[in-house]
Amino acid sequence: MEHDPRVSHAGAGGILFDVAGESFELAKQHRLWALAESLAAQPIPGLRETVLGINNVLLIVDPLVTHPGRVTEQLLRRWETVEPSVPDSRDVEIDVQYGGEGGEDLASIAAHAGMSANEVVEVHSGAVYTVACLGSMPGFPYLVGLPSRLHVPRRKVPRLRLREGSVIIAGAQASVLPCAGPCGWHVLGWAGVSLFDPEAPVPCLLAPGDRVHFRSESID
Amino acid sequence: MLEVLTNGALNIVVDSGRYGFMGIGVSHAGPMDALALDIANALVDNDPEAAAIEVSIFPFRVAFLADMVIAVTGAPCTAELGRRRIPPYWATRARAGDILSLHPPELGARAYLAAAGGLAVSPVLGSRSTEVKGSFGGLQGRALRRGDRLDVDLEEADEQSFPHGAAGFGVLTETLTAYWRELHTGTVKLRVLPAAEYNEFTERARRDFAKASYQVTGESNRTGARLSGDPLALRFRRELLSHGIVPGTIQVPPSGEPIVQLVEANTCGGYPKIATVIECDLWKCGQMRPRTRLTFQLVDLEEAIEALKDDAAELQELKNTVRGQSCRTPMPS
Repeated sequence: MEHDPRVSHAGAGGILFDVAGESFELAKQHRLWALAESLAAQPIPGLRETVLGINNVLLIVDPLVTHPGRVTEQLLRRWETVEPSVPDSRDVEIDVQYGGEGGEDLASIAAHAGMSANEVVEVHSGAVYTVACLGSMPGFPYLVGLPSRLHVPRRKVPRLRLREGSVIIAGAQASVLPCAGPCGWHVLGWAGVSLFDPEAPVPCLLAPGDRVHFRSESID
Repeated sequence: MLEVLTNGALNIVVDSGRYGFMGIGVSHAGPMDALALDIANALVDNDPEAAAIEVSIFPFRVAFLADMVIAVTGAPCTAELGRRRIPPYWATRARAGDILSLHPPELGARAYLAAAGGLAVSPVLGSRSTEVKGSFGGLQGRALRRGDRLDVDLEEADEQSFPHGAAGFGVLTETLTAYWRELHTGTVKLRVLPAAEYNEFTERARRDFAKASYQVTGESNRTGARLSGDPLALRFRRELLSHGIVPGTIQVPPSGEPIVQLVEANTCGGYPKIATVIECDLWKCGQMRPRTRLTFQLVDLEEAIEALKDDAAELQELKNTVRGQSCRTPMPS
């Protein structure tokens, strides 16, 4: 059964439009991509930010230009009529050095999943992932499509620092770190890939809808 | 040009912020006390988007290598230009060779130094603000160090409009003095709007949140302020999918002690949100220190919008006052 969208305020100018059910649904994300496209093509006056989340979208408007109540009406109307769309997407291959120093959690994930390290690599690199959205930190992709055998809750104590290029998983999600930072996810390996360059004409390597394929370069 | 004479891991170049890139994970960054930056720019007749220095580490010293008009705003601190004391929220003329010293403030946490014309660093993704986490923007994406030289866009500066030879001028609004009084008592009131999970907190949590006070802890910076106080409990736990969050979001992690997300917060989060500090009160968070106590006053959407209108009107009035002061002074022949 489909829930009605939940609309809440994030300050005077923030509107969180949440269509999530119990768990992530790719079909709803397709409709959200289309909704975001419609907002880009026919913006609501005063719209400052469109932030796609996982089965939700946050808008930031200047509430003195368009009243948030009107924004909500617009969003609900567009949501009802929007046709799901898959954005122009690409297939991106990312070579991973699994395990070793750059993939400290490979052994513990293997133990948790009741598999060998090689099997974890096979499962992780055998799946095709979809970029649901970008966010959190610059260029960070939220990847969906992690096989359920590798679903492991976040670390109890986050690491204070993981290096750029760390290939990570947590719960049903997978990603690659675009810059070094603290992280509560598990690290399976390292990839020498640049996901974000603020000086580039297109700053992010990945965009919502892109498919990511991890390839095993080495296992340590 | 000006030259920084002191190191400070948190002294950075900021402008009004980086907008339009939250969708790719880039936070607004910009000033922690946006009101102070707005007033600093207004005092030297800059565009509101002009870049200035946010000072969080004191003492801060800078040498002016050319004549320029400057303004110092933000936390009321002892400011000396050479041997001359500069009052808070003050604009004055600095001569080549002058040294400005900002001493640790008695109240508040951050001071702003603007120069007429604005700091001429290259914009990255549409803004000159330093993004500390992503290491871009500002001066080479990092904090200012001793020996750094910053160009001022003197062509943008309208020297004529500044009273020559005067000791300068300043502005103090009722809003500012009222907030300093609050900081002086140690307890600050922030207006908040209920957020998505507000009704999922227990009745007691909602009562505590509105009545109790929370203390800013030492684990607070430009990304957020961790608070300590009565833990806030949810009626039930459910997993939230990652969603966009704005500066001002008050998240409640499993410990129950709230975190106020600030200008360099991650653009997405997954913790339940009890409320959001309204836009008009966000600047106040920029002047909180560890041990400052916070109380939260719930307001509704219309009140939050009215507050924005009032603030816009007050800032416009202040800009008119500044223009009036500049124009009243006879032009030099």
